[in-house]
Amino acid sequence: MVKSATTAAGPLEAPPTPAPPTAGWVSAGRQLRRIMERREIAIFLVAILLFLYFSISTTAFATYDNFVTLTQFLAPIAAIGAAEAVVLTTGEVDLSSGTAFIFFPFVVYYLWANAGVPLVLAILISLVCAAGFGLINGLLTTLLNLPSFVTTLGTLFALDGVMLVTSNGVQETLSFSGTGGSILGGYSWSEILWALVCVVAIYYWLHHSRFGSHVVATGGNLVGAAEAGVPVRRVKIWCFVMIAVVSAFIGIIDAARITTLDPGNDGTQEMFYAIAAAIIGGTAMTGGRGTIIGAAVGSVVLGILFDGLYIKGINAYYFQLVLGIAILGAMIANVQLRRAAVRRWKSIRR
Amino acid sequence: MSVTEHAGAAPAQSAPADSVLRVEHVSKTFGAVVALRDVNLYVKPGEVLGLVGDNGAGKSTLCKIICGFHQPDSGRILVEGKEVHFRSVQDARRHGIDTVYQDLALVPQLPIYANLYLGREETLGGPLRLLARSRMRRVAEDYLRAIKVQVPSVNADVETLSGGQRQAVAVARATRSQVKVLLLDEPLAAMGARESALIIDLIKDLAAKGQSMIVIDHNYTHLFQLCDRLAILQEGVITFDRLVADTSLHELTEYMVSEYRRQVDTGRVERADGSGRH
Ligand SMILES: Nc1ncnc2c1ncn2[C@@H]1O[C@H](COP(=O)(O)OP(=O)(O)O)[C@@H](O)[C@H]1O
Ligand SMILES: [Mg+2]
Repeated sequence: MVKSATTAAGPLEAPPTPAPPTAGWVSAGRQLRRIMERREIAIFLVAILLFLYFSISTTAFATYDNFVTLTQFLAPIAAIGAAEAVVLTTGEVDLSSGTAFIFFPFVVYYLWANAGVPLVLAILISLVCAAGFGLINGLLTTLLNLPSFVTTLGTLFALDGVMLVTSNGVQETLSFSGTGGSILGGYSWSEILWALVCVVAIYYWLHHSRFGSHVVATGGNLVGAAEAGVPVRRVKIWCFVMIAVVSAFIGIIDAARITTLDPGNDGTQEMFYAIAAAIIGGTAMTGGRGTIIGAAVGSVVLGILFDGLYIKGINAYYFQLVLGIAILGAMIANVQLRRAAVRRWKSIRR
Repeated sequence: MSVTEHAGAAPAQSAPADSVLRVEHVSKTFGAVVALRDVNLYVKPGEVLGLVGDNGAGKSTLCKIICGFHQPDSGRILVEGKEVHFRSVQDARRHGIDTVYQDLALVPQLPIYANLYLGREETLGGPLRLLARSRMRRVAEDYLRAIKVQVPSVNADVETLSGGQRQAVAVARATRSQVKVLLLDEPLAAMGARESALIIDLIKDLAAKGQSMIVIDHNYTHLFQLCDRLAILQEGVITFDRLVADTSLHELTEYMVSEYRRQVDTGRVERADGSGRH
């Protein structure tokens, strides 16, 4: 109403009577509360506070070189964390994501360095194998009706076994040269940029696509979603395929940067950090509620903590302690924020 | 194959030719549990059929077979005289059958409009299948207003709604697109008098528009208000099928009581048993 009056009268005419100032304050307050109730906001504030704290208390934190280090550390956590947020939203979990992250660069190595397959083709074949691995996770979970905690625990060790057997437990060097190498991981910022591509794609997939709606429905009310015609099994299977491909992809990027493949690492630390990022970002383990932005910011918090504590010369062991407390704190905050949001809607209803 | 073989179980009247829905000799077992045996049922165009029966009698199972969620072990289903084989609820929807499930099948974490479109979301087109949110919101708002369902906002998550509002949203979802037969599985269960009245009005409005329906409920008073015909399902068998005009609340209650006595006498029900809600 106000808008049309302004356009009709022209911008130079006297503006329409403004709303009473109190109304503005009330709605601003309500707006603020609505923002505060968003699941990502708590972790976002934590990220900013930590960033300011380490920037002020150390000279080495807020530097170009350190930002490169920081983003390289958090990039895989962000990409795999966003993917875990989707899997958690369906009410499942993928414990094998970190192992896929470590193993599929080996597939590229076997094909490219050993068998002479062109690099791009080797990467594509590796990603297709990763999709097949995710498919196995999804089929085992949905067709056998087993909890994914069990199925992916099994495939974690199985894949680690395949890696140890095929590599003989020997480290390899995977070094791409030229422009392709820079794009893949040689350039300082390429890993975080690729991670960002993954996060944005997953964000649209979960929060703005028809499939994402089905993911939330599957995790929120499995039987009800099926009754309403959501293909719940297919939804879960696709999520397992997605996380395997994303983990493999960011693993190849990470390997291209580090240039060393280490079969001694089973990837469980990467997996746990990714799940931690998703959870402290506001994704519920119980399904039906996930946030990709939260997972991304959660990975930033982990990165800042790890990097900042290291720079301050604090024993790295404290990182685990702080991480543990952060996870517990995030869970409690999520439950409280959710209750507040439900209360607000209920008060509107009355 | 012949109806007389199952004379005891068959309904009193045989299905008229113009039935919009016909269920013929449908049986279903879950492992050792026989949920339905040789069930015959029909709904005429514009008719409201009430389905009564104890908990565990098989009402929800029958409902889920008609709507394509379960597949029958044997027997067949005909929609407007043509035999159909539903492999999914989507399949049944395409044939004009939609359901309000006993458990409502709503997702608490999704907003009202997303629940109204659950399983058939509208997209902007293109391979990414991004949600056409504003269009869905607008249509949801208009539709809820048209059928006089009051909710705070179509953006509110379903978990913030009262039981009656949830039920209304579930009914709205099933009726938003044209349906030939609407199945309502205990739409009035666990609701206060005021909220029941709301849903009853909603069902009456639909009936007045000529909507064919099957309504499952335990409350005879409600059913006599809403239905044209009543059928009783007992332990997977239809034992009673009569026009409301040809029976009375008294007769129906008598029937159920005598049935109960018979079961007690034959030792199938313990005298003090009042439990067994499903
Ligand atoms: N998915 C299922 N798996 C196993 N048994 C089931 C299933 N659904 C229903 N039943 C059994 O079938 C019988 C009929 O159940 P139901 O159709 O829900 O009855 P009603 O809706 O009349 O209370 C019950 O004994 C119930 O335990
Ligand atoms: Mg039932």
